Amino acid sequence: MSETTFRLEIVTPSRQLVSEGVEEVTAPGIQGEFGVLVGHTPYLVELGIGELMYRVGNEKRHLAVRRGFAEVTRDKVTILAEEAEFPAEIDLATAEKLLAEAEEEMKSLSVSGESKEYLEAQAKIDRALNQVAVARKHKS
Amino acid sequence: MANLKDIKTRISSVTSTQQITSAMKMVSAARFRKAEEAITNNRPYSDKMLDVLTSLALRTKEEAHPLLERREPKKVGLVLFTSDRGLCGSFNGSILRSVDRFLNEKAASYESISLYIVGKKGLEYYKKRPVEKFGQMTELFGNVTYGQAHEIGEDISTRYAEGELDLVYMVYNEFRSALTQVVVYDRLLPVEPPKVDPDTVTTEYIYEPDEEHMLNWVLPRYVDVRIYRAFLESTASEHGARMTAMESATTNASEMIDRLTLQYNRARQESITSELMDIVNGVESMK
Repeated sequence: MSETTFRLEIVTPSRQLVSEGVEEVTAPGIQGEFGVLVGHTPYLVELGIGELMYRVGNEKRHLAVRRGFAEVTRDKVTILAEEAEFPAEIDLATAEKLLAEAEEEMKSLSVSGESKEYLEAQAKIDRALNQVAVARKHKS
Repeated sequence: MANLKDIKTRISSVTSTQQITSAMKMVSAARFRKAEEAITNNRPYSDKMLDVLTSLALRTKEEAHPLLERREPKKVGLVLFTSDRGLCGSFNGSILRSVDRFLNEKAASYESISLYIVGKKGLEYYKKRPVEKFGQMTELFGNVTYGQAHEIGEDISTRYAEGELDLVYMVYNEFRSALTQVVVYDRLLPVEPPKVDPDTVTTEYIYEPDEEHMLNWVLPRYVDVRIYRAFLESTASEHGARMTAMESATTNASEMIDRLTLQYNRARQESITSELMDIVNGVESMK
């Protein structure tokens, strides 16, 4: 491994998606996006929902991730996500349908704020929205 | 001597049974490979989770989280993993027998023992038996998702935090190989932080948002991951057991077909011989 690369591993409960040397990672932390280059201070952060980018040489690759946490050490980044998908794996039509359904569900709820149904509907919307956004942006 | 037609019918019935068992064996073999792969795929996630928990546990006290809190065990919960379908040898039998034994032996030492039953076979078994149940999950059909594990995990963690349960074990068939499965009792709650050698150097992390928040986040998920893992082990064991059972059923069927074919040929020869005798006798008597 040269001096500018470090190891990136992305795992979910059901599979390992990435395990390779990369030069840069940006990921959605719960309190905002963070970027990592080689030699980063050890860092343990909860992930939110959003888009993860990593760069190998000049090639940037993207993933939709949702919940989990990231462990950063000086020479390695491990992403433990509950869900992670490459844009190519996302079915845009299905994701859009899910989004529309979730929005309908949200509208039909009379209560707002902290109720359980409300939070669940919100989570569904966030998830679908993220899939749609990542898929639209990076699907060629 | 059984008559020819009867033997023939039996041969054809055993043959069709054999076709079914060998097809089931093939299906189980494919599912078994998939289940084994799922265990392998899950390993990096589980291992890493444990690493993180270890490093968090080093710097936190037992009172830091309700799921770490030890209480005097009065109300015990067992999460029991059985299968939805039968024809898998002693897979369900051995686990149910073991749980029955546990219930008999430990009934006196605890205030109550209640069960969370996964799988139809376990549910059917305990339908007529007087046991306390606090939950069930069926219709998995070998398609276990992390979401399902999370559902159980959430339920149990909540009960534990609220004091409804003081000690929770998972009972499942641990996967050793296609031929051997072992029933294990795995303590789920309270979570026991891994023992660490105090001299080991661990990384000092910067936490975001903060340590306590991280612990609150990691612990319930660690419980989910443990359950997911037990699910995967149990699924692999089930398919392994079924594969073995179907394999031996297929072999037994071939043996039976061989034996019946021999019997059939003997019977056929015998009837020919006796017909010949009749003809010869008939000819003799006409002379």
